[in-house]
Amino acid sequence: MTNRTSDIKPSDLLVFSTQRNEGVRLPYFLDYYRDMGVNHFLIVDNDSTDGSLDYLARQPDVSVWSTQASYKRSRFGVDWMNWLLMRYGHGHWCLTVDPDELFLYPFCDTRPLRALTDWLDASSIKSFSAMLLDMYPKGRMDQTPYMPGQNPLEIASWFDSGNYTIQKNPELGNLWIQGGPRARVFFANKPELAPALNKIPLVRWDRRYAYVSSTHNLLPRGLNLVYDEWGGEKASGILLHTKFLSTFADKAEEELTRGQHYGASREYIAYADAVQDNPDLWCKWSEKYINWRQLEILGLMSKGNWA
Amino acid sequence: MTVGIVMLVHTALGRAEQVARHWARGGCPVVIHVDRNVSRKTYDAFVARLQDEPSVLFSKRHRCEWGSWGLVAASQDASELMLERFEEVRHVYLASGSCLPLRPVEELVEYLAHRPRTDFIESATTADVPWTVGGLDHERFTLHFPFSWRQNRYLFDKFVELQRLVGYKRRIPGGIVPHMGSQWWCLTRQTLSAILQDPERPSFDAYFRRVWIPDESYFQTLARLYSTKIESRSLTLSKFDFQGKPHIFYDDHLQLLRRSDCFVARKIWPHADRLYESFLTDPNRAMSRQEPNPGKIDRIFAKAVDRRTRGRPGLFMQSRYPNYGWENGLTAGKYSVFQGFSELFEEFEGWLGRATGAQVHGHLFAPERAEFAGGQTVLNGALSDNALLRDANPLAFLTNLLWNTRGERQCFQYGPRDNPKINWHMSRDPNAQISVISGAWAVPLFKSNANFADLRATAAKLQKIESRMLDELRSPDVKARVRIWTMAEFIESPMEPLQVIIDEIGQKSLRRLAEAPRLENLNGFGQFLQNLKNQGMHPYLMGDFPVDPAPRNTRSGPRKPYLIKK
Repeated sequence: MTNRTSDIKPSDLLVFSTQRNEGVRLPYFLDYYRDMGVNHFLIVDNDSTDGSLDYLARQPDVSVWSTQASYKRSRFGVDWMNWLLMRYGHGHWCLTVDPDELFLYPFCDTRPLRALTDWLDASSIKSFSAMLLDMYPKGRMDQTPYMPGQNPLEIASWFDSGNYTIQKNPELGNLWIQGGPRARVFFANKPELAPALNKIPLVRWDRRYAYVSSTHNLLPRGLNLVYDEWGGEKASGILLHTKFLSTFADKAEEELTRGQHYGASREYIAYADAVQDNPDLWCKWSEKYINWRQLEILGLMSKGNWA
Repeated sequence: MTVGIVMLVHTALGRAEQVARHWARGGCPVVIHVDRNVSRKTYDAFVARLQDEPSVLFSKRHRCEWGSWGLVAASQDASELMLERFEEVRHVYLASGSCLPLRPVEELVEYLAHRPRTDFIESATTADVPWTVGGLDHERFTLHFPFSWRQNRYLFDKFVELQRLVGYKRRIPGGIVPHMGSQWWCLTRQTLSAILQDPERPSFDAYFRRVWIPDESYFQTLARLYSTKIESRSLTLSKFDFQGKPHIFYDDHLQLLRRSDCFVARKIWPHADRLYESFLTDPNRAMSRQEPNPGKIDRIFAKAVDRRTRGRPGLFMQSRYPNYGWENGLTAGKYSVFQGFSELFEEFEGWLGRATGAQVHGHLFAPERAEFAGGQTVLNGALSDNALLRDANPLAFLTNLLWNTRGERQCFQYGPRDNPKINWHMSRDPNAQISVISGAWAVPLFKSNANFADLRATAAKLQKIESRMLDELRSPDVKARVRIWTMAEFIESPMEPLQVIIDEIGQKSLRRLAEAPRLENLNGFGQFLQNLKNQGMHPYLMGDFPVDPAPRNTRSGPRKPYLIKK
């Protein structure tokens, strides 16, 4: 454990994350959020064996906790995140993301994250939605190896722009979004099992809050109302999900043997078959990523009334 | 003669200091009011930092909660100090700490010097303003508001309701007519001193102290009593969002602000370094010498309000998920649904595509797969033809399809074999143009080579489903453009309805139809229906087909195609 949380100042922007053997991704991940204006990272390392724990411990703006405990038993990391958030997140804007998730928000190319959080504060908004957008390369996933420090979007630069379906979760009031390449390719014959893509990663944290299932939904329920129900659009962002890189096949295999993932790891079981032969998620109507404005025009995110 | 700046400050004191120095450098004296909520220590340090500016003074501090009297009291005290201490001041400009002068100070001074008797204050009667928060306009002046709107909304609302219920009304002091407007004004010494020195001021103050959001009405109302020339607009560029909260300007608004031609803008994000640097330190920024005209900026902010309140029609996404009936347009574009046409005409889809230039799909909701145009398995937006994916949420499939293909007219086939769940959604969609030839599903059965017992069962099933569909299409809540013909009716004179439908799609209206669709050969169809009847099934949706060879269907030799003429 390397605890540098005493460096955290009252108005700092914090990133919370869980990682296991993501050493190759971490350099880009940390720099990406530093550039955005994040002041401190709080990371749980789940028994990494690739030296990433040491790497994190050397970073001046990272606090890292190491655990050998079961990912599954911790409800897929949610308990760890909730504990850290409660302990260190109170009163801060907290962004909870995995190392393969890159957060985008309206005007992120011209305004720092603090501009967004200041605006959210002024608008009395406490939680901010960012749907998971699966990114994938054109051609086989193992075709171009991913190198440390490299922008993963150079390889995984394609996405599905218009095949998402939404339902409302009556229990917690959040939207349940499915679709994208994973539904199209891996779950076409069992769409109800396709992974959830709705996420609420940015929250002005209070110690009374808690994530329920990953960052898909929270308690109290009001925090899940990140959508407008009367025809208007609230502001929202995107989490570019760069899971599908050359590292994916190994990862999927390892996770499958560990059996530590959600829903009896059925997601990884579904991948395993497809990954065996030729995992090409690209299709004729795949869209190539340009910037957040493109995603805004496509209706995947919205500026809302932020202008 | 010059302009005095009254500055209300409550946060980002560093920026306020920067701007105050800028004004002072330009020869404008400044009186700063700092919110009482700012700590003593911070305040003293702020005052100390500005000691070197003799023309920057500080006025008595008040607590300025949003919508409270404190803001008016602060403006009054600061204005009095200004008028008393700086005799050369002819206009007093009320600004906030997050206001940024866009044009050189001399230009503002010069502009006002040319208008020595004009008061710039937005001031409209309550009946004429659409932008009131909380829906209260005239009642701001006639009710009591002891509870905070921000901190205690429940009690605030309840107390308003109670007063309405009992019919309570405050008396508005004689001689004044309530006016409202932006709180950022620029008044002449004459008008301002008349307001501040009015012998009746104690009674006016007592009244306005209990009006809701008095900073938007006190000076706006009283200026009407004394001003000789009111120009009802604010010299400060300020844009409000749908909640009445000011929009904030960032570095990326630099070009927009340059083109705004306004003297002062608010509010500026305190960390917008580039804006402060460009407008405060760059002497050659050369804003054009024109009448202030915030119109250029209007569009972008009006659009933001529209996006937040009405959204993009036909879009369902993570932050826009309208309740049933609140979609503001269920789908993103007009589309045409054809039921029974591809059964009745040979190669109807190809013909329709040629005739209209629209994208024509087969049965999008067929049980096997979504029959996308050209046999594609994936369509715009990476929409899959997989029936299970589609049927998991048929409405999302339809709205996605129309969102992804916006700008290109979509047509598709539909019928009783297809997923019936989408029928009602299309019926309630004003974008849908639904044309039905009822009973035409019998034609493929008639042409098929299946056993008659199976045919009979299928026919009974399809007729039942289509009958239910027609009921939905005839419901009083239908918003789609629906046309229904029985098959018998339709083949009586097919050209006319086809022409109407094509015209309504309206893509190539100028060109005459070069070819007509060819009817399937229906010889023996009447007998086929009779056979169904003889088996105890009652086919009725197709209308009356005589068993005896009708003249139309028994012509020997190949029929001439129907030609559709304009």
